[in-house]
Amino acid sequence: MAAKSKSLPLAKRGLNFEMLMWLFTRLSALAMYALILFAIIGALVMGARNQMNFADVMRWGFMPNVTHVQNTDLQSTDAWATTFWKLTASALLMVAVAHGVHGLVTIADDYIVRPRGRNIVRVISIAFMLGMIGIGLYILWTS
Amino acid sequence: MGLKRNVSLATGLKYKGQGPMLAFVLHRIGGLGMAVFLTVHILSSFLGGDIGKFLNLVYENWAFQIVVFFCVLFHAINGLRITILDLWPNLIPHQREATWVEWAVFIPVYVFAVFVITTTALGG
Repeated sequence: MAAKSKSLPLAKRGLNFEMLMWLFTRLSALAMYALILFAIIGALVMGARNQMNFADVMRWGFMPNVTHVQNTDLQSTDAWATTFWKLTASALLMVAVAHGVHGLVTIADDYIVRPRGRNIVRVISIAFMLGMIGIGLYILWTS
Repeated sequence: MGLKRNVSLATGLKYKGQGPMLAFVLHRIGGLGMAVFLTVHILSSFLGGDIGKFLNLVYENWAFQIVVFFCVLFHAINGLRITILDLWPNLIPHQREATWVEWAVFIPVYVFAVFVITTTALGG
């Protein structure tokens, strides 16, 4: 129980790209928790308690984009469409897409084991990631 | 240098990993489900028009929402367990308890959400 696991020097433990992505997956999960909590608190500060139902607050929490609160009882969505919230939404989008695409690569690696196949997966996933981030940012900043 | 597993799909399906294996499989299904849903959701708001409206109808359907909420909630709670245990390895002796806590959080929240989604959908 609780054996000492850090006896190997860093170089032998292998600080490589995969290890960094392993760490990124954990840290980005925490970052998404923080950003979602931040968006929900922001919604409550901006008066969601009286003018929105719980489902709409959660929808705003998962992606603080103004179109997510258009069909609520809010009198004005001006405060919800500021650059501040667009930056928050952009951060959440980029963290989430990177986390998700890395997850897809991890799953694909369990079934595609030849180096050539894995390289193809990586090229496709990088293109997919950049494409989704581009489309997502376009939607966020033009809505 | 490609890795070789030398395990067939049939052998893999016979593996009885019990609780942790179940969490692993559901985590994967949840992640895949969210990836599909979010891709469709982002593309539908980008495309708009008739395709966008049709896709909106699909994922605003209450049955679809029950599935997506399962994916999101399980992935979020299980992911938090993995993150905490991986970043604070001293807690790993308590991983059995962590799995129980995970289900103790997941089941009430999910049952309540399914109840709310269903009653809202059925006009109650």
